[in-house]
This record gives sequence, C-alpha cells and structure tokens, in this order.
Amino acid sequence: MSRDRIGTSPNRVGGIGRVTGSQQYVADIKLPDALEVKLVTLDVARARILSIDSTAALAVPGVHAVLTAADLPQPVPRFGPQFIDRPVLADGETKYHGEPVAAVAAESKDAAEEAARLVKVAYEELTPIVTIADALAPGADLVQDPSIRPNDPLAGTNVLREHRFGWGDVDATPADVVVEGDYTFPMVTHFAIETHAYIAAPDGDGISVWSTIQHPNWLQRILAGVLGMPLAKVRVYAPDPGGGFGGKQHAKYEPLVAFLALRTGRPCRLVLTLEETFKAVRRTTTQVHVRTGVMSDGSLAFVEVDADYNIGAYADIADRVVAKGSYPAAGPYRIPAVRILSRSILTHTTPATAFRGFGNPQVNWAVESNLDAAARAIGMDRLEIRLKNVARTGDTLNPVDTRCDGEWDQSVRKAAEMIGWGSPLPPGRGRGIALGIKSGPTTGLSYSTVRLLSDGSVIVLAGTSDMGQGARTVFAQIAATELGVPLERIAVVMGDTSIVPYDQQTSASRSTVLMGNAVLSACRDVQAKLRAMAARVHGIHEASITAEGGVVRLPDRELSVLEVLKPGLGRMGGEVIGNGMARKDAEPDHPLSGSAAFFEFNCTAVEAEVDEETGDITIVKHVTVSDVGKALNPLQVRMQDEGAAIQGLGHTLMEHYIYDDRGRIRNLGAIDYRIPTSMDLPLHMESAIVENADGPGPYGAKGMSEGALLCVASAVGAAVRDATGADLRDLPLTPEVVWRALRERDRKNAEVTAR
Amino acid sequence: MTRTVPISLNVNGRPRTVDVAPNHTLLEVLREDLDLTGTKECCLVGECGACTVIVDGRSVDSCLMLAIEADGADVLTVEGLAADGRLSPLQAAFLDKGGVQCGFCIPGQIMSAHALLAENPHPSRAEVEEGIAGNLCRCGCYEQIFEAILATAEGVER
Ligand code: FES
Ligand code: FES
Repeated sequence: MSRDRIGTSPNRVGGIGRVTGSQQYVADIKLPDALEVKLVTLDVARARILSIDSTAALAVPGVHAVLTAADLPQPVPRFGPQFIDRPVLADGETKYHGEPVAAVAAESKDAAEEAARLVKVAYEELTPIVTIADALAPGADLVQDPSIRPNDPLAGTNVLREHRFGWGDVDATPADVVVEGDYTFPMVTHFAIETHAYIAAPDGDGISVWSTIQHPNWLQRILAGVLGMPLAKVRVYAPDPGGGFGGKQHAKYEPLVAFLALRTGRPCRLVLTLEETFKAVRRTTTQVHVRTGVMSDGSLAFVEVDADYNIGAYADIADRVVAKGSYPAAGPYRIPAVRILSRSILTHTTPATAFRGFGNPQVNWAVESNLDAAARAIGMDRLEIRLKNVARTGDTLNPVDTRCDGEWDQSVRKAAEMIGWGSPLPPGRGRGIALGIKSGPTTGLSYSTVRLLSDGSVIVLAGTSDMGQGARTVFAQIAATELGVPLERIAVVMGDTSIVPYDQQTSASRSTVLMGNAVLSACRDVQAKLRAMAARVHGIHEASITAEGGVVRLPDRELSVLEVLKPGLGRMGGEVIGNGMARKDAEPDHPLSGSAAFFEFNCTAVEAEVDEETGDITIVKHVTVSDVGKALNPLQVRMQDEGAAIQGLGHTLMEHYIYDDRGRIRNLGAIDYRIPTSMDLPLHMESAIVENADGPGPYGAKGMSEGALLCVASAVGAAVRDATGADLRDLPLTPEVVWRALRERDRKNAEVTAR
Repeated sequence: MTRTVPISLNVNGRPRTVDVAPNHTLLEVLREDLDLTGTKECCLVGECGACTVIVDGRSVDSCLMLAIEADGADVLTVEGLAADGRLSPLQAAFLDKGGVQCGFCIPGQIMSAHALLAENPHPSRAEVEEGIAGNLCRCGCYEQIFEAILATAEGVER
C-alpha cells in the first residue's frame, strides 16, 4: 500500500498490457466489416491539380470509394486549431510533399494500395517555396490564400504572424560588450514508433472515430464542426498513443477518414506508413539572430532575439509554437531589457506542429550559445555568468508574467557538481553547461470524476492521454493516497469522449498539474460526501468528522472507508461520485493570453570528446537536473527526463530532413533518417531532480516532461566548442558539420598567426 | 483476387494453417490473419525492430520475412511468453525496472532480449546494448531496458 502512494514508484498502471502485447493501440483495433484506406499523393510538393480520373482505380475488385475533393461538400471543408486553413483533401493545389489529393477505401489493404496507384492525377508542377529566404523574397508566390485571414495586413505576405515581446529599452541600455550571432535549428520529425492511425465508423446518426490523438476533446470539436454534427454525436476514442511528443496533438486525416466512413457506410481504417507520418508532422525549423549585451562584471544588460520559424504549408498549432516558444527566449535570467521579434513563415513544406519543447529548444540553442560567447568576450567562466544572472525565487523575469517559481540556482549548482565543472580534463575533451526554461500552460481546463464503488474500489475518469509519460499511474497514485485504496483496486479510464469528462489537452507538461489537481479535488469531493454519509449514519455533525487517506475520523473513533460505505449505501448498493475541476483562465491583456502556470526549468551539463580527424562527437557524460517541485513518481520522472535528453541528442547530433529544390523530402523513413539507438547514448547519463514542493500541482508538483530536452544542443555545442575552439552555429552537429567547423577554426587560426 | 498459398506453422506452440498471399510478410499474417497484434509495425524496412519475433530460435524482423518463408517454422511472438497467466521473467523485469513508457517498441525489445539471452545467458552491459541496437525506442527508456535485461540474466527477477 505504501508503495502505491505518491512519492513512490509502483509498477506502471497499464504496464502489463504493454509487456504482454495485449495493449490495444489504434492500429490493433479491427472493427467487423472495416474497409482499409490508402491515401493518393503526388511525388511533388506543389502542384496545380488539373484532373483526377478514378476509373481504373474503381475497377479494382474490392474498391468501394475513391474520394476526391469534388466529392466533399463545397467549398471543401477546412479545419485547424488556430486557423481554419487545412482542407480535408488538397483543394485545387497541393502545398506540401505528400498532401493527399484523394483517398481509396477497399476491402483489403492490397486492393486499396493497388487502386491508389491507379488513380490518375493530371497536374502541373509549380515551383515551391521551401526556405525562409524563398518565402520572404520580394514578389514570392503566396503559400496561403489571403482570404483565409481577411483584414490581416500580413495576408499579402508569407508571414503568417509576427510576435513582439519584451520589456525595458534595449537601445537605451548600455553594455560593456555586445556579442551577436546567427544560429539555425534543423527540421526534425517526431518519429513516434507508433505511426499515426485513424478509424471512423458510422454510429447511428453520429460517428465514432478512433485516433492516435493526444487531444480527443479538441478532435471531437473539429470533427463536429467539419461534419456539422452535435458534439454529443461525435464519439472520439483515444487509446493510449504509442508515443506522441506533440506530433499527435491535433487533427490531421481524421476528417478525411470520417467522410469516407459516412460515404461508404462502413468502418474505414487508415494506418499511415512511417514515410507518410514523416510527411505529416515535423518540428518548426528556425533561424535566429541574437544580440547579448553584457557588463564587464558579467551582469546581463540586454538580450535581443530575432527568430524566424519555418512553419510549413498549414498553420496547425505552429504559430502558437512560435509565440510561446520565443516568448521566454531571453532565458531564466534577470535582464533589464529584452526585445524579441518572432515570425511564423509559411512555406510549401510539411506542416509543422507541436514537438516536445514547443519552440523553445530552437531559440535556446542560439541564446545559450551566444551567452557563452559573451562570457568568453569578458573572460568570465560560463558557469559563473549563469549563476550570476539566473533568477532567484520571486524575481521578475518578464514583468507581465509569473515570477521565478523555483530555486533554480540549486539545479545549476547540482549539475555543475555532477559534471565536475572546473576539474582538469584530458586533451580533446570539453564541458558545456546550459539552462533551459519553458512556460507551462497559459490556460487550462480539466475535469475529473472519481467513483467510489460499493466494494471500496475506485474508478478515476480522466481525459488525459497516457502516451508513455505515465499519467494513468500518477492519477491512480493520487487516488490511492487520498482514498487509501491500493492500486490494484483502482481503474483509470481515459480516451472516450462519450464517457470521460472534458479535458482541454495533453500538452505543455500540464497533466500532472492540471488533471492531477482535478483528480485530487474529485477525491476531496468523495471525502466530503463520505463525511456527510458518516454524519447521517451516526447522527452526528459533519463538522466533527474528517476524512483523509482512507480513514474517516469521528470524534470517538476511526472508521475505514468501507465501514462508512456499507451502512451508508445500504442494501441497494450504489456509489459515491466525486467531481473535480482545475481551471486556469485566459488573461485577455497578456501577450500570450495567459501567464505561465509554472516554469519548467532544467540545467544540462555535458562532457564531450571530439575526434579531430573525423569530427565525431562522443558524449562522455550527460547530466540533467530538473526542478520538478515534487516527484510524484520518481522513476517516471527520471524516465521522462532521460527520454527527453535522448530525444534532444537526436536533433543535436543526427536528425534533419533533407529537401530537394522541388520541395520533396529526400530522407523519408528509418533508413535515411536516424534517431538515437542504444548505441548512440552518452557513455554515462545521470538524471537528478530538485524538489522544493513549490509547484502548483498536487503536493507541490510541477510539470517536467520537456525540461531535459530544452538545452541539450546548447550544452553539447558548448562542450564541443570547449574541446576544440570551433565555432558552431548550425545543428545537427554531424561529423561533417563539426569537421568543417574544425577546418574553419584552423583557417582562422592560421590567418591570425600570419598577421 | 491474388492467388493464396496454404502454409503451416507453429505459432506460440499452436499449429496453425493459413492461406497467405505470396507477397504478404510474416508480420502481416501474424497481425491481420492470426490477430496477434502484439507484434508491432512501424518502419517496414527492418530498421526499427518493432516487429521482432523469433523464428526457429532466431530473432527476425517479421516485416522483412515473407510469410511463405515461415512455412513449417516455429514462431514465437510476445503473446507466447507469459505462461498460465504468469509473466515471463523478462516481462516481469521490464515492468519492475520501468523499462516501458508508451510501450509501442516493447514487444520488439522483449523479443530481441529473449533471443539475446537464449544465445548468451550472461551478457555484459555492452553486449546488451548491442543486442538491442536494432530496436528503436523513441521514448528513450534504453537505460531501464538494459537494467531489465541484465537483471533477468542475473536471475534477480523471478
Ligand atoms: S517494422 Fe519491421 S523493423 Fe521496423
Ligand atoms: S516505450 Fe515508447 S517507443 Fe519505446
């Protein structure tokens, strides 16, 4: 029992299904009579569709439908979480490599694939806009139809939005030294091992949709809008996703599969291939110019950041990524003046979306690397400059936002100690240290219902998606702690919008805090009802009774929950239902429409060795320290921390899409796009936490699942710079990139010597 | 309709006869024809290891093996590990050490580990790292997976 409470690490709830293979992911669900769907795509990025001929495809035995844009309601329905811009099928023109122009539904996958190949699409290839430079060139074609954002002065450009944040007056703030630089962050993809999958089935006068989605309630709203159905008739099932990382937050091809199901009257299933998933989701790629003003004593004077994010063909949630990711760009420091300008730029590339870190790692790479350059310029130690400037509890960061809510210097000192900062190193090795900060959720709404059944067992209803972070386990632990029930007697039900109460979303490392608080308050509601029940049964006043941790205390004795429940419910049985809610309202005048519920803070320190001949980097030691408030489940915290760190090593060392000038991704799939394997890990990795119970979540917890990814690149880049003296600006730090930087360093050194 | 070929194979100790399309992989037959969906599908090019099963004692990427090649073979999938409702030592160790996050890669990891331990009952840590090098885990719980495999090898988990 004590192993079940918060602060311990019981076996994962849902773990047995995951080790036995009985866990059902969307692609494992087979509905009777289901048709298989295959997308019809073109091997170009941008093309004007002239005609689509489905005759041969429809002649394939077993084919039931070939859906084209012409078969959809007109104008072609569009959707999106931020802008209503993404059409259900390409509308007259494809805007990215792999955008579907039609979809086939057939009795078998083989038939669907064969028919998809036989759909004849006549098209005229157009020159795509691939890079930020292409998009901003004078007279560039517009990626988005300007009518999608009427009355927007930027509608005639490829800039979707500009965001300006800051305080103080950068121009009027004196600095002893100003250092500036340009940095780029690559286009990377989520590569969840579970590819995206969707099933839609007509359900009476409504529809049921299964999706690998992170936000089932948001998908329900999108589907209801596109299909013109009431929310109550759209039932979204969201089985635990096989990894999400942000890529599965928002609707992609669910509306398309829903239209196919309604048209054929049969369940329709679409399981994307990994290549198709690559074409569907990626992180925003970024070019950042940063200026750091510093005084000779090391105090920061100002930071100025210009960040251009390439967000692709449709906005998805990417503009929010740009705003929220660039907003804390100046870092966890006390700075008198900050000016940030970030822009979301449309191109004919894969629509970018949320990805763990949500726009922050991109600017962190630039700002933290530039801070190192500033330290070097004034001859100050890189750890010392950080300790000097890092905010202390209660310090103001952005004057309109949440103040520093942790003892962040504790994390920095701990990481420095763990990496052995300052101790001598063998030649060819170097160390780096970097700080990362990310605003937690700015708004949020989570409901939970906790049902105490007549035998004392418990059902927790919570609309979070457990995609590996372990939300089920944490919610069960909260209920176990509050109601004194062992985990084996608790069921956590998620992922069914017809049964589970509303949850806004599973993102921004919010669920432990927001849904956790909702579960906690639902448990407290159950406790209040138990008190009322005990008062009724024993004829005493409620105020004299307490209920806590499964014990109901009367003035003269203690009762177990069951001892109250049995007489309280009586012979007809029944249950005690508790409801809870956690809400963080929008703030209309806030630049992000809401201040941070908490900050995720992480310090990463790295020791690296560089092979001067090949440019190959070995991470000798990788240390990550996160300020988590309170670890409700220490093992899961460690796993989220290490997992985020390893994911960060991907974009730091190896991952990036390669586009050709026709806008096609040239390295689709697992052979040509490498992610960290068991052989690519640091020789030593250590994850530690700082706990001061200073978070807004249950028992003082903060969200923490993204922190350890924020500054991986910055710490690794700094270690490589320290080891070699090479100047690094562009990720990933592949052997080729590092080798070139080493030769550039040699060239510059030779120039200096020659002078 | 594509012509089908009858094959007989032993899956998790149970003899099965299936009519398979000659172009279908063992993965497709396991998942679609035999409803054994514990074996996962991801890259389909032999790079991720999610589809790992054991055929005649050797671990294979079932996405790369044609079903007809498995005619007459003994196939072990993740569903065949737990006996009488009891987790196998490896499964129990994965659960205890926390070697599971989203779980999608886990059947493949466990099957690769199973093959590794069958061949080398006391692997070093380096051998474990190499043994699952073909099994990607995007959640990044490699450390806990190593711990689970090493603990099983030591017989700590029963
Ligand atoms: S699906 Fe077989 S190795 Fe990836
Ligand atoms: S546990 Fe999620 S991919 Fe390995």
